[in-house]
Amino acid sequence: MSTTTIDLASSTIRQLNQTLHDASVGTFQVLNPKGAHAAAVGIDADITVEIMGSVGYYCAGMHQQGTVRIDGNASAGLAENIMSGRVHLAGSATMSAGATGHGGLVIIEGDAGARCGISMKGVDIVVGGNVGHMSAFMAQAGNLVVLGDAAEDLGDSLYEAKLFVRGSVASLGSDCVEKEMRPEHVATLTELLAAAAMDADPADFTRYGSARKLYNFHIDDIDAEVAAAGADT
Amino acid sequence: MCGIVGLFLKTEKHRPELGRLTAMMLHEMRERGMDSAGFAVYDQGEPGVDRMTLLAEGFDPDWSATATALSTALDAEVAVRPLEDHAVFEIHGDGRAARQWIIDNAPGVDVLSYGRQIELFKAVGDPDLVASRYDLASRTGTHAIAHTRMATESAVTTNGSHPFVTGADTCLVHNGSLSNHNQLRLQLEREGESFQTENDSEVAAGYLSWRLREGDTIDDALTRALVDLDGFYTFAIGIESGFAVLRDPIACKPAVVAETDHWVAMSSEYRAIAQLPGVEDAELFEPVPATIYSWSLAA
Repeated sequence: MSTTTIDLASSTIRQLNQTLHDASVGTFQVLNPKGAHAAAVGIDADITVEIMGSVGYYCAGMHQQGTVRIDGNASAGLAENIMSGRVHLAGSATMSAGATGHGGLVIIEGDAGARCGISMKGVDIVVGGNVGHMSAFMAQAGNLVVLGDAAEDLGDSLYEAKLFVRGSVASLGSDCVEKEMRPEHVATLTELLAAAAMDADPADFTRYGSARKLYNFHIDDIDAEVAAAGADT
Repeated sequence: MCGIVGLFLKTEKHRPELGRLTAMMLHEMRERGMDSAGFAVYDQGEPGVDRMTLLAEGFDPDWSATATALSTALDAEVAVRPLEDHAVFEIHGDGRAARQWIIDNAPGVDVLSYGRQIELFKAVGDPDLVASRYDLASRTGTHAIAHTRMATESAVTTNGSHPFVTGADTCLVHNGSLSNHNQLRLQLEREGESFQTENDSEVAAGYLSWRLREGDTIDDALTRALVDLDGFYTFAIGIESGFAVLRDPIACKPAVVAETDHWVAMSSEYRAIAQLPGVEDAELFEPVPATIYSWSLAA
């Protein structure tokens, strides 16, 4: 199948995105992104987009079905609210990568900054390096896999997302606790590492999840500090 | 919002085009702050010459008469380079005394910067127009910081624009908003700082001025700022030998740094850095929250 090349040195972001929205099949190569915002947002077809360089905010936001591969780094909100399909970043992402994602797979080969997977609702995120503070804050569903370390307050106010970290965790957020790796978790993790083509042994990971103490109102929790202290035990 | 750029040239290679590169970076941050802009440019200065950048907003002062009077008062040679509503005074003598003389004897004139190496220009308006009005592109030197402003906390005025002077050869640009600036302003006024605006960033600058005056190093002052300033901030601080960067512990406001053998650049967004020569080989990273970064020329 032929590849269509779109050069952002001569085309606008609107032209790029309209071309991608109009397509139902094919491969698109994007040149000279130079940190532009909103590149390849709103794709809803089984197409492949290769972005040759670093992108700005909200790259591949609201993504469905297709594949976006970025040969560079990404600014805030990579694959924000992804519904399905695949977004693969060769470099590192800054804050809020994969935020609010409902489905699909986000692969970040380098590091992800603060609030990676914030409020994720079913997306799977695999990070080859480290994640920043408050990652998986209020994460509701899906899996966050971190091959490196996690910064402060991982999984604060977590719902049912599953977090797998190979390295160290600077601190766990409120109501996030270490959990047992049962066979089904090893299976999920093995599958995600394979899908992301990451070479790591699932046995080296620790699982974290919700202690579920914040789900319901307890009169003892009326003092928020008491609640937080309780969740840390 | 607001946009920040900083460029520090480690080697001679790009120093003749410091202004052009900074203007290019500023242009990319235009969309982050369309209401005003400013820049501080540093060169290596001349031995024995102190400089001040002065602003006369809303009136047309007789700069050469001011310079003559200052020269007489100080018994020192004073050269003046007017540029629009700004003027750079070069004092072959005691710069500190010159600054005090301006404050005491030139009503309505603001001292935007003072020191041996810094010149500072700022104005209300489209960042590209501000850059061209004050001839940023043709400037040479070792480093620069610049700012595009989208005001959220206080009025759109020249004095509310960035950079803010914080001491000799030091200045500050800010992206964010401080939540305890009113209380801090009162405290700093008791410490002898004076403020011209209701602007929160001016308070951050006043805070650093106070700490530097008390003998803190930039690193000491910023370490203390992490405790005393409440709110959101990414700061870039221009100092005589380079610049420093600090983000608040929550790191709401963006920052990215790139370094090559020839330069270090920081900006709110990568697109400001994407245009720089040799960027394809740069080491790129995001400054960690609550951590002081600084780059400077070897002494």
